[in-house]
Amino acid sequence: MSALVPPVDHGLFGEGARSDAAAASRQRRAQLALRVVGVTGLLGVVLTVWLGLWVTPPDAYMGNLVRLLYIHPSMAWDAFLAYGVSFLASACYLWPRTRDLRFDRLAGASAEAGVVFTAITLVTGSLWGRPTWGTWWVWDPLLTTTALLFVLYLGYLALRKVPGDPEVRAKRTAVGALVAFIDVPIVYFSVTWWKSLHQAPTISPGKSDVHGLMAWTMLLSFVAFSLVYVWFVAHRYRLAGLQAREEAEGLALALAERRAEGAASAVEENEVWT
Amino acid sequence: MWHDAVVVAGKDLRIEWRSRVGLNQVVPFALVVLLLFGLALGPDAGRLRAAAAGLFWVTVLLACLLAVQRSVAVETADAGRDGLRLSGLDAGGIFVGKAAALALQLLVLEVVLAVVAALLYATPLSGIGLLAATCVLATAGLAAVGTFYGAVSAGTRVRETLLPLLFFPVVAPVVLAATKAFSAALSHHSGGGLGWLGLLAIFSVAYVAIGTIAFGPLLEDG
Repeated sequence: MSALVPPVDHGLFGEGARSDAAAASRQRRAQLALRVVGVTGLLGVVLTVWLGLWVTPPDAYMGNLVRLLYIHPSMAWDAFLAYGVSFLASACYLWPRTRDLRFDRLAGASAEAGVVFTAITLVTGSLWGRPTWGTWWVWDPLLTTTALLFVLYLGYLALRKVPGDPEVRAKRTAVGALVAFIDVPIVYFSVTWWKSLHQAPTISPGKSDVHGLMAWTMLLSFVAFSLVYVWFVAHRYRLAGLQAREEAEGLALALAERRAEGAASAVEENEVWT
Repeated sequence: MWHDAVVVAGKDLRIEWRSRVGLNQVVPFALVVLLLFGLALGPDAGRLRAAAAGLFWVTVLLACLLAVQRSVAVETADAGRDGLRLSGLDAGGIFVGKAAALALQLLVLEVVLAVVAALLYATPLSGIGLLAATCVLATAGLAAVGTFYGAVSAGTRVRETLLPLLFFPVVAPVVLAATKAFSAALSHHSGGGLGWLGLLAIFSVAYVAIGTIAFGPLLEDG
């Protein structure tokens, strides 16, 4: 029976099924490191919120709107980081020498985080645009590209959700990710050109220099949210590993349970009839 | 590879010629969409004329989706995909062949649509050379991406809903560039459309190349 179950990697960072002492201790260390990343990231976010909302002064031109500076750029950075990681992981999966389902899981986990961060980027950008530009949305090249990026990767995630053999699904989604990623520069270029032919660039964000405590807070937000990104992705990756394991072993387990049930009821029937 | 492409394209076109699904269903559908756009924007000729290029290309895109679904359905029904794999044809050739057949059908559709749109939207056709070049390049890109995503979504149970979600965002630059080139041609500024033609050419070459390379692994998956 067990021969039917394909080998799957267990544990946080895929240390094979042979859970000997070394692997167990490595896993414990990885868990600890992840916890440190998570706690540090959350503390950083709390500190960013405190500095951003209470300590830093309002900007001379933008007033309290400047406080979006502590969340919006770092979210956008996280989103692009996430898509970059997803792209690299997909490429690693397609490259025959590094083909490993772990890269597929990493690509999926990172893209999921990327979509969340893109959504936050769009929402915070829109919140900033309303008082600054007087409208929730402008057809600015960067905005338009980000919105298209958002739908592109929603499609990618939908493709990942399609059930099927893990290897087939991994290859399909990796190819899909590459094709989507190649589209990003083309979209950006065409939208930029489209705008430049039509009207003068939209009012550029307040040119006031960011310095002192504000710059530090902004830097902190980048570090904190990047740590949160790592934390998200690592946990999502771990969960994807567990899901794959559940998919692979679940059927075998269910069969075994059903057999045991059948055997038990057969015994019962025997008892009734004899 | 080219020989295989011709064989596959011939097969798809023969199926279309005998079944006439594209002619009897996709073309009328596109005409309905053109009419609906007219209703949505109102009878003001000036407004319709200003939007004509964009409406034309969005209509083409919607019809293209149906054509791609038809092109996929031809292969998934009766295990046609397995037949293709067993035939020993080159995967790149299959891709180019299917994309070419799709592109040819779309071009016919575009000619019909262009005439009807010109009448409905009161837009005299001008700059025919630029219009034709735009149609050819944009259609090549649409057909390549459509065939590619058709294959990606083919094996799945949710392909009807998945395909547009994957397909439309990727071809957004095609709609944009083709619309701009058309507007330039219709407003007698053909020179302004040449840059957009270049963009369309880059897009089409890139996606035909990617599709030709990546189609093999996709086809293997079944």
